[in-house]
Amino acid sequence: MSEEPSPGPVVDAAFFRRWLVAAAAVIDREADQLTELDSPIGDADHGANMRRGFTAARGAIEKEPPETPGDVLAQTGRHLISTVGGASGPLYGTLLRKAGKALGDSAQVTPEQLRDALKAGVDGVAQLGGAAPGDKTMLDALVPAVEALSFALDKGAGLIDALAAARIAAQEGALATVPLQARKGRASYLGERSIGHQDPGATSSALLLGVLADTAEQSAAGGTG
Amino acid sequence: MTVGVVLVSHSAAVAEAVAQLAAGLTGGGDVAPVAAAGGTPDGGLGTDAEAIVKAARSVNRGDGVAVLADLGSSVLTVKALLSDEDELPPGTRLLDAPFVEGAVAALVTASAGAGIDAVVAAAEEAYSYRKV
Repeated sequence: MSEEPSPGPVVDAAFFRRWLVAAAAVIDREADQLTELDSPIGDADHGANMRRGFTAARGAIEKEPPETPGDVLAQTGRHLISTVGGASGPLYGTLLRKAGKALGDSAQVTPEQLRDALKAGVDGVAQLGGAAPGDKTMLDALVPAVEALSFALDKGAGLIDALAAARIAAQEGALATVPLQARKGRASYLGERSIGHQDPGATSSALLLGVLADTAEQSAAGGTG
Repeated sequence: MTVGVVLVSHSAAVAEAVAQLAAGLTGGGDVAPVAAAGGTPDGGLGTDAEAIVKAARSVNRGDGVAVLADLGSSVLTVKALLSDEDELPPGTRLLDAPFVEGAVAALVTASAGAGIDAVVAAAEEAYSYRKV
C-alpha cells in the first residue's frame, strides 16, 4: 500500500459530536456579541436564538448519539429548525441537514466528502433564502469558506490545513460584509442604513467553521491512532 | 374534499385574529379546518416549528393542507419543514399570497369543498386585487 504522508484526523460520528459540543460552547460564549451585531440591523435576537438552538441540539445529540456522521449533522439540523425560533433556525438547519444527507451512511468521511457535503449544505441555504454572495448574509462567509476548502484540497493540502484556510476565508468574508448593503432579511428594509455593520449570520457562520477547523486540529493532536 | 388551512405568523395574536377573520368571512355553512401557529413557545414574537407541525396535523383530513406564512423566518421554517418528507402531512403546500387576503381566499375556497390546487390558486390570486 502507498504510504500516507500524514494521516489526517478520523472524521467519524464522534468527530461531529465533538464539533457540536464545542460549537454550542462557542455560541454560548459569543451570544451577547452576536445579539449586539443584530441590534442595529436586525431584531436583536440572533445570539439568544442560536444559543437556544445549539444548546438544545447538543443536549438531544448527547442523549441519543447518532451513529453516523451524516446522522449527527442531519439530526442537529432538525433540532435547530425546531428550536431556534428565528430565520437562522431553518437556514442553519437546512445547511446541516443537506450536508448530513450528502454524507449518506458512511462511518468515516474523507476530506473530499466533507467538502462536497458542505457545498451541498451551502447550496441548500442559498436556495432556501434566495440569497447570493454580496447580499450581506451568512453566505458571504460560507461561500468563500467552501471555495477555500476546495482550493486547498485540490492543491494537495490535508484536512487540517484546508479547514484552516476555510476558517480564514469565512472570517474575512464576515468582515467584508461591513460595507455591504443588506438585500435579504429584515436588514434589507433599512436600505443604506444597513451599511457599516457586520452581518450577524456571516459572523456566526465564521464561528462555526472556526470550531470545525479546531475540531480537526484537536482530533489529530489527540492521537486518534 | 376537505383541505385544511394553517396560518403562521410571528405573532400569536395575528395568527389567531386572521384565522377568526377568515372563518367569519366564509359565509354560512361548514368552515374548513383552520389552525393558527403564531409566536414562540414562550409567548414572544418568532416562529415555532413544532407548533406549525402540530397545527398542520390537526387540520389534516387527508386532502392536503394549505400553509400561509407572514414573513422571514415563518416562510423559511415552513419551507425547511416541507423539504423534510416526514414532518408535515402529505400534500401540504406553502401558499404564495399576502397574509390576510390569502387567508380569506384560502379558507373560503377550502370551505366550499375545493381541492388543494384550487385553494393554492385562489390564495395566489389575492395578489391581483390591487388597492389603488
